[in-house]
Amino acid sequence: MASPSTARPRVGLFVTCLVDLLRPSVGFAAVKLLEQAGCRVEVPRGQTCCGQPAYNSGDKTDAALIARQTIAAFEPYDYVVAPSGSCAGMLKAHYPDLLRHDPEWAARAGSFAERVHELISFLTDVRGLAKVAATCQRTATYHDSCSGLRELGIKDQPRRLLASVAGLELREMTDCEVCCGFGGTFSIKYPDISNAMVEKKTFNVSVCGAQMLLAGDLGCLMNMAGKLSREGKSVEVRHIAEVLAGDTSAPPICG
Amino acid sequence: MQSTSHEFIRNAARALTDAQLQKALGKVPGGFIQRRAEARARLPEFEALRDVARTIKNHTLAHLDLYLEAYEAKVIAAGGHVHYARTPADARAIIEDICRAADAKLVTKGKSMVSEEIGLNPHLEAVGLEVVETDLGEYIIQLRHETPSHIIAPAIHLNKDQVEADFRRVHTGLPPGRKLDEPEELVAEARQILRAKFQAADVGITGANFLIAETGSSIIVTNEGNGDLTQTLPKVHIVLATIEKLVPTLEDVATLLRLLARSATGQEISTYTTFSTGPRRPEDPDGPAAYHVVLLDNGRSELLGTDFAEVLRCIRCGACMNHCPVYHAVGGHAYGWVYPGPIGAVLTPSLIGIGKSAALPNASTFCGRCEAVCPMKIPLPGLMRKWREQDFDAGGAPIGYRLALKAWAFAARNPALYHLGARLAVGALKLLAGGKSTLTWLPLGGGWTRHRDFAAPQGKTFQQQWADHAERGET
Repeated sequence: MASPSTARPRVGLFVTCLVDLLRPSVGFAAVKLLEQAGCRVEVPRGQTCCGQPAYNSGDKTDAALIARQTIAAFEPYDYVVAPSGSCAGMLKAHYPDLLRHDPEWAARAGSFAERVHELISFLTDVRGLAKVAATCQRTATYHDSCSGLRELGIKDQPRRLLASVAGLELREMTDCEVCCGFGGTFSIKYPDISNAMVEKKTFNVSVCGAQMLLAGDLGCLMNMAGKLSREGKSVEVRHIAEVLAGDTSAPPICG
Repeated sequence: MQSTSHEFIRNAARALTDAQLQKALGKVPGGFIQRRAEARARLPEFEALRDVARTIKNHTLAHLDLYLEAYEAKVIAAGGHVHYARTPADARAIIEDICRAADAKLVTKGKSMVSEEIGLNPHLEAVGLEVVETDLGEYIIQLRHETPSHIIAPAIHLNKDQVEADFRRVHTGLPPGRKLDEPEELVAEARQILRAKFQAADVGITGANFLIAETGSSIIVTNEGNGDLTQTLPKVHIVLATIEKLVPTLEDVATLLRLLARSATGQEISTYTTFSTGPRRPEDPDGPAAYHVVLLDNGRSELLGTDFAEVLRCIRCGACMNHCPVYHAVGGHAYGWVYPGPIGAVLTPSLIGIGKSAALPNASTFCGRCEAVCPMKIPLPGLMRKWREQDFDAGGAPIGYRLALKAWAFAARNPALYHLGARLAVGALKLLAGGKSTLTWLPLGGGWTRHRDFAAPQGKTFQQQWADHAERGET
């Protein structure tokens, strides 16, 4: 492993399964931002999903197998960066817990976890990025996704970078820290409760009057965008990385 | 208490379409959350106190046998009696016997969730006693033959017009034109009825927020003063508490009290914090002639030494449910047993078995807000996950879900297969979308599309596009 202090650290991008499947534009925005922040970006083929569907369903065995595979795939990199607080939280906070009784893997999981970062907080806290060169003539509101906020302490970092986007006005909505009701498999297993939660979120988005809804997690964004679309509300929903990278050429989520 | 926790999904569906309930639940987040946040902000050492409190309780639980013995000795020295009850049936029988020995006809009760746990009221009524709840919320739900929907605000699922209707139904003989449409008027009406009950009661039963080993005292924390009247006016006072309520010293209790009211209602301290040590002494102006403590285990000692022992730190402030978006959506009754919200989702499987309550720890997005506000730092989402693991290992999840999960996990453990599967899935979704940006129906995702649209994939997977770029030498 190269020393992270090298001028151009080698970053392994953890794409996340939702970005891979549904919205690659977020992955390319992440690559652009990381390169602008002086990183060399690679995308290991040995990655799949972080394993949360198994871990949060109580299938610890499969979750541990996926964890080992992911750790091995990213061992050559100085940093592991994911455009998701939820997946980064899994890699950083939960892999060490999942493997703590495994004599070989406990240490590897620990060293892996130290190198894992969520994209936006990596840019600000590790790479010292204070502003971006992007323009976006919109009023936007930002939803704090739960894992990013409470597991990784991501709160000010996205707002600081959004404040540097030319033309963008950030307008906070009520209860921006309250869960949108996605919760991974929760949204499929308890759809009616999930719906009651996302209805409150879309209500708050509407009341605040922002033209654009941003967040750092595609799961939450798909949930909120899907509800706004069903309600016939024309709010432009995007991952924050697209705005910060100055590339909003892809149509918005559900748009 | 009979559990309907296994019917959580049905309970929740009913709750979501209950307009009165939804109106009442709309008031939960505003008051509690705001007031707790303000109280926390006024106390700079709040976070440090949480660590101290956790240490106090962890220490107590690690030496619970010793503290129970010390506590018992102090209660006896003060002239009281200690009864150990392993099961709810044991506790009911002990309390019934005490009431019989006192030749009791009327029993008043302070608020006690443990009495709900053992189904005390129906039992005492079945053996011919009149039982009157004296906490206003408890009094209201007793009139309605309901159970508490919140551990500190038992009638929070009701609106004041519903309470007015109940009072008019039960309090016959109200003068015409009597106004009952403001909370103050309802309180005055209840107070008038309860005053007579306090004076006539033969036995008063309360719970305990804490039991102090150092002094043999029980403590109740209330805002209405009903607990004090319940425990000082009748000739017999019975404290019904579970074993984990024990705390070593007065000093420890002082620490925990600083967190309790702030976390619960945002008060610095509740209106009444009452310490009871034994029966009335000759020099006391008032107090009961007899003081009994019934210590219930009901499965708690089996949690000691396990991952779930952490739940025994709970001081029942209710902050977890006050901050829980799932509780806000469905209310407390949907959880189907005594303790709702995140603490209920962990405690219920511990006490009645995961087989009967697996839906509760599953019905969480793991948003983590409960753990963030818990004054005792109980890792509630982590413990819910541990219950999911036990449920999964026991074959609890539906077979279709298990098979789908196993198939997905097999692919996720084989990157080449996974990337192929992802390409096929994207192709299929694109086909289903038929050129549109959203899908309104999704195979196996009916729950999603019943309420929401699903975003169609942009095109090829990221991995595919990345590989294409690499081939063209663009990266």
